[in-house]
Amino acid sequence: MKSKRDIGGPRQPLLQVSELRKYFPLKGGLPFAANKSAVRAVDGVNFDILKGETLGVVGESGCGKSTTARLLMQLIEQDSGELVFDGETVGSRALPLRQFRRQTQMVFQDSYASLNPRMTIEDSIAFAPIVHGLPKRQAITRARDLLARVGLEPERFAGRYPHELSGGQRQRVNIARALALEPRLVILDEAVSALDKSVEAQVLNLLLDLKQEFGLTYLFISHDLNVVRYISDRVLVMYLGQVVEIGSADQVFDTPKHPYTVALLQSMPSMNPLQRTTVAPLAGDPPNPINPPSGCRFHTRCSHAQALCAQRAPLFASAEKGHSVACLRYEAGSGVHFNHNHVEVAHG
Amino acid sequence: MADMISLRELQVQFRAPGKVIHAVNGVNLQVGHGEVVALIGESGSGKSVTLRTIMRLHAERSTHISGALEVDGQDVLSLSPRALTALRGKTVAMIFQEPLLALDPVYTVGAQIVETIRRHQKISRQQARLAALRLFEKVRIPSPQRRLDAYPHELSGGMRQRAMIALALSCNPKVLLADEPTTALDATVQIQILLLLRELQKELGLAIVFVTHDIGAAAEVADRIAVMYAGKIVEQGPAAQLLTQPRHPYTLSLLKSRSAMHKGQRLETIAGAPPDLSHLPSGCAFAARCRYAVAACHVTTPDEQELAPGHQVRCIRIHEIADAVPA
Repeated sequence: MKSKRDIGGPRQPLLQVSELRKYFPLKGGLPFAANKSAVRAVDGVNFDILKGETLGVVGESGCGKSTTARLLMQLIEQDSGELVFDGETVGSRALPLRQFRRQTQMVFQDSYASLNPRMTIEDSIAFAPIVHGLPKRQAITRARDLLARVGLEPERFAGRYPHELSGGQRQRVNIARALALEPRLVILDEAVSALDKSVEAQVLNLLLDLKQEFGLTYLFISHDLNVVRYISDRVLVMYLGQVVEIGSADQVFDTPKHPYTVALLQSMPSMNPLQRTTVAPLAGDPPNPINPPSGCRFHTRCSHAQALCAQRAPLFASAEKGHSVACLRYEAGSGVHFNHNHVEVAHG
Repeated sequence: MADMISLRELQVQFRAPGKVIHAVNGVNLQVGHGEVVALIGESGSGKSVTLRTIMRLHAERSTHISGALEVDGQDVLSLSPRALTALRGKTVAMIFQEPLLALDPVYTVGAQIVETIRRHQKISRQQARLAALRLFEKVRIPSPQRRLDAYPHELSGGMRQRAMIALALSCNPKVLLADEPTTALDATVQIQILLLLRELQKELGLAIVFVTHDIGAAAEVADRIAVMYAGKIVEQGPAAQLLTQPRHPYTLSLLKSRSAMHKGQRLETIAGAPPDLSHLPSGCAFAARCRYAVAACHVTTPDEQELAPGHQVRCIRIHEIADAVPA
């Protein structure tokens, strides 16, 4: 669907994110103290979401995935950084926030908490279009069409309340609601994580169909690496508020470059009781984002770390076409070299 | 040698206003000394209910349990409250999915372990603290001396789970029940906890029942895997055999939903949703979603059939279905 709304043409990224930063100040401490401590949830994140792609985001809890999603939706305001949506700066006169929000919608993990328990699902879906000026009757018609489209017969389901539906059905409602404003970008924040495997597969199939039909672009956040690999065109790996690696799904999963990505992939269960994992790829938990390690944030857990890694933060370097990594070993002239004693293998 | 845990025709029903929920409907499961059995299944399949019933943790008033349930030779269903308290912690211990909810937020983790040890053993506070310190070393908590004085919220997720394992092991139990212990953890931490459990199991000769919905986690730790659906074990067998030669249609599709994720291809799904446990269908509970189902499946309740030593399947069409899944 090449819509008229496509301003910059297919080669212009749908959303460009540059130097996005969000610190959450901590309570306590002196009110006028010079350096209050803060959780550095998102710390200088840059990436593009291309038109029509599915960009997968992986990382452990506390790495800033969900904060990034909320910043992209402008549910919270960034401390610094810029979002450019199809060539227009978000929040500028050319693209006021309200207009941007119509084009970007989100589906959350908790299907129950994200629906109003006192509204029928039909009303929930029609709510946003009415707020944005669609006459009520048309909004209801659209809601019923969407319900049918996500596989819930409107005759049976339209008048039900969220508690009368199963988790999978509720997540279908949330997807229908996200589509009610005809968005171009849909952010799926762990949208299938709470579902059982058999239901998850149904919802993933639905997401793929809808993407095709409505010409959508997805940002797909999940901790399930199997699912991310399946659904994503490109994958972005985050660690402690920063992007450490980005590339096509095959590049990231088949030839991971960043030591963290390698460890993350090796942590996946082997599915073979005869070849079990014998050594944990990483020790300990991710460090606290309040006082992240100096230099490269991964150096405290990295088996390749050298002295310089603790001092200098790596820049994003291109490892191969379309595949970038933030690791000093890939940065030309950084003085950090590969140690060939290590063999990097990823299974999965 | 007698089994550590033996469940025969175990049934658990919960009385709710206006309905009876049939959560567990005839579970047969034997767990030997030092054996690790994983119970896998989707939410509502009865795996957690089965696990909690082993310790009789459900509210007595609204729960009806029938069948036979023995742990270490004791008939748990007929135990007096006092004997039950002695069983819990001493013979059987449990770890949960969310340590932050399972641990008491107003006591330090050290105090909770000391309290548990002194509840079951007559030793001094100092001795108990020393024992707690050794446990923390055993579950590899870094700087254990300092961590004993930490409150649960001060620990990271992985560390909290280690502390809960230490608490569970504090009275040298013979059986460890683990209810989704790694589900809330990140991938890199999950594998550490799985490896730790496996190591402790070997060292202490524990029998473990490990409940999870993640087949991958089960494959990492279990000797045997039992697949549950609608309150019944539909298939159980040695881990390697069950993963490479699954026979029940439900196990087949569960494994397919994981192994057959090829980009660009549609995922194979199991149509529909699990049955309502207050209105169970007659016959095989999976029949409505099963692609191999015939008319007889909706009528006959399948019995357990032994295909190979220790490999049992509940399906009447087992010999007609010869599907194989690449592991």
